[in-house]
Amino acid sequence: MTVMPAPDEAANSSRTQSRKDKGRPATPEDSAPIMRRVKTKLTSRWATAAAVIIATIWTVPTFGLLVSSIRPAAKQVGPRSDGWWNFFADWDFTFKHYVDVTAAAGSQSANLSQYFVNSLAIVIPVTVFVLVLASMAAYIFAWGNFRGREASFIFVFALQIIPLQMALIPLLSLFTQVLKLPPGSYAQLWIAHTMFGLPLGIFLLHNFISEIPGEVIEAAKVDGAGHTTIFWRIILPLSVPALASLAIFQFLWVWNDLLVALVFSGGTADVAPITQRLAEISGTRGNRDFLNPAAAFVSIIVPLAVFLGLQRFFVRGLLAGGLKG
Amino acid sequence: MEFLGGKFLQVFIALAVFAALIGLIMLIVDRAPKSVKDKLTIVGFLAPAAILMLVGLVYPAVQTSFLAFTNASGQPNGVDNFVWMFTQPEALATLRNTVIWTVLVPLLSTVFGLAYAVFIDKARGENALKALVFMPVGISMVGAGIIWKLVYDYRGPGIEQTGVVNAVRVALGMDPKQFLLDAPENTIFLIIVMVWIQTGFAMVILSAAIKGVPVELVEAARLDGANPWQQFRNVTVPGIRGALVVVLTTITIATLKVFDIVRTMTAGNYDTSVIANEMYTQAFRAGEPGRGAALALVLFLLVLPIVVYNARVLRQQREIR
Repeated sequence: MTVMPAPDEAANSSRTQSRKDKGRPATPEDSAPIMRRVKTKLTSRWATAAAVIIATIWTVPTFGLLVSSIRPAAKQVGPRSDGWWNFFADWDFTFKHYVDVTAAAGSQSANLSQYFVNSLAIVIPVTVFVLVLASMAAYIFAWGNFRGREASFIFVFALQIIPLQMALIPLLSLFTQVLKLPPGSYAQLWIAHTMFGLPLGIFLLHNFISEIPGEVIEAAKVDGAGHTTIFWRIILPLSVPALASLAIFQFLWVWNDLLVALVFSGGTADVAPITQRLAEISGTRGNRDFLNPAAAFVSIIVPLAVFLGLQRFFVRGLLAGGLKG
Repeated sequence: MEFLGGKFLQVFIALAVFAALIGLIMLIVDRAPKSVKDKLTIVGFLAPAAILMLVGLVYPAVQTSFLAFTNASGQPNGVDNFVWMFTQPEALATLRNTVIWTVLVPLLSTVFGLAYAVFIDKARGENALKALVFMPVGISMVGAGIIWKLVYDYRGPGIEQTGVVNAVRVALGMDPKQFLLDAPENTIFLIIVMVWIQTGFAMVILSAAIKGVPVELVEAARLDGANPWQQFRNVTVPGIRGALVVVLTTITIATLKVFDIVRTMTAGNYDTSVIANEMYTQAFRAGEPGRGAALALVLFLLVLPIVVYNARVLRQQREIR
């Protein structure tokens, strides 16, 4: 689908705009028989109802989590517990669970602030690594001149789809036995995530970088700029929208990952990310179940903020990679 | 907060080392004699990513393919692992579940996503309405697992229900149900979680594609007397076929690899395991890396046709360009 080139969003929005202008006023409906107008109205009413139902079903679970997280322990577990919707009858709330899961000390504590920091310490370097390495490779795949360029790019595209599960066992033995990476450090996670993130990163950035007009690059060459100058001074600044969307992708993907973390972190509070801790505490049924909603909300607050705040970039990234490839 | 210092230092050192490496590559490429400059650039720019992908993906994939034909102590055992996979009842249940997942999730997500995208197209507050359904895409599957455990929560009959669905059931006069325990329908209830996540993804892509369908075509169909359904069926759907293929492909691959949902909600018990979860269980919990590798290999073979198809589409499009 080349209908939708990612770089010129302007063309897109103007198309939507013109569609709106034409679509709304002066439709043939005005002169159409009454029956048809009624029918259109009815369909649109049913459509609205269906949309409202879908939106409600999709929102209620998360909303329930949020409400549960601020209800007192006795209301959530035990003999006097009831559903979270009863909150709107008693308005009994507390922020104690949030304090408990993040700040409380001791072996019983969920200790989420530690794991929260771990997640950040894993995500930030990985995002930088992938962005830099993928854009370098994408630049060569788009503008480099060598034999087998097409074939190797398709090969990279195909790598995207190797199930991670296939890579984990050999990679773990490579890390621990050959490279002797210390188990209780971030190094294993950084390298593993970077490896797994590169194919998608190269693919997305390539789609964007190859759309940059060739004249710009030719002009720079005429002025005597080398590849490094072109890359840092022209390609990267022009690719900011694509880089932003990839950064969000990578951030979300690594932050939300559980599988890679389970295999490479060793599970200690020194390294393990928040998803792993969350899986642990929600997996053990116990008398502290009332902390789960608060813990879950702490873990989803960062990706949700990143995601909703930068939604537009994210969507653009999906389209650049998706609709064209 | 003394732990912060050490972690910050590690991150800082990693970034510094990385910056130094990249700087070195740039320096070498820039200072190279003119005769080899172009070649050196290509090598220098590609090598880091290429080495990482070869070591991190290609080598392990090959290694796993061999591992699939060995037993727990690493001795070659022919196709025993595959025989196990296709004969043991638990392993067969795993395969069956994976098939159900990969049929239902892409289908339902796309249908709901498309319906929603059509319904809210040009509606007032379209962006806010989109955000509501798009939100689960940003939530981790572990988080989603906890959210839905809450939704499916079960209490014995006669006691106040704490899960929304069971509360509704009781209100309608039905008995509460243990959604995650009763096989085989518990797999369906896990699938609903994945559909909940993926619908938003399908919706945004399809919504963008719908807006790309030329207005004139829709208008023409309307003037010719097509009702809304006919307009949708004969104009909109053909116009967004490319996007539909992309959405179905992406969701299918994501579904084949689904792991976290099953892991956090049932850990694969009660007959709910899928290949990706069973592979982890066999390789890292049961001490059977050979079986794990065999499952991974099957997973790869299932994904392969999709890769080939997409690679062909990609090549065609590049030729057009």
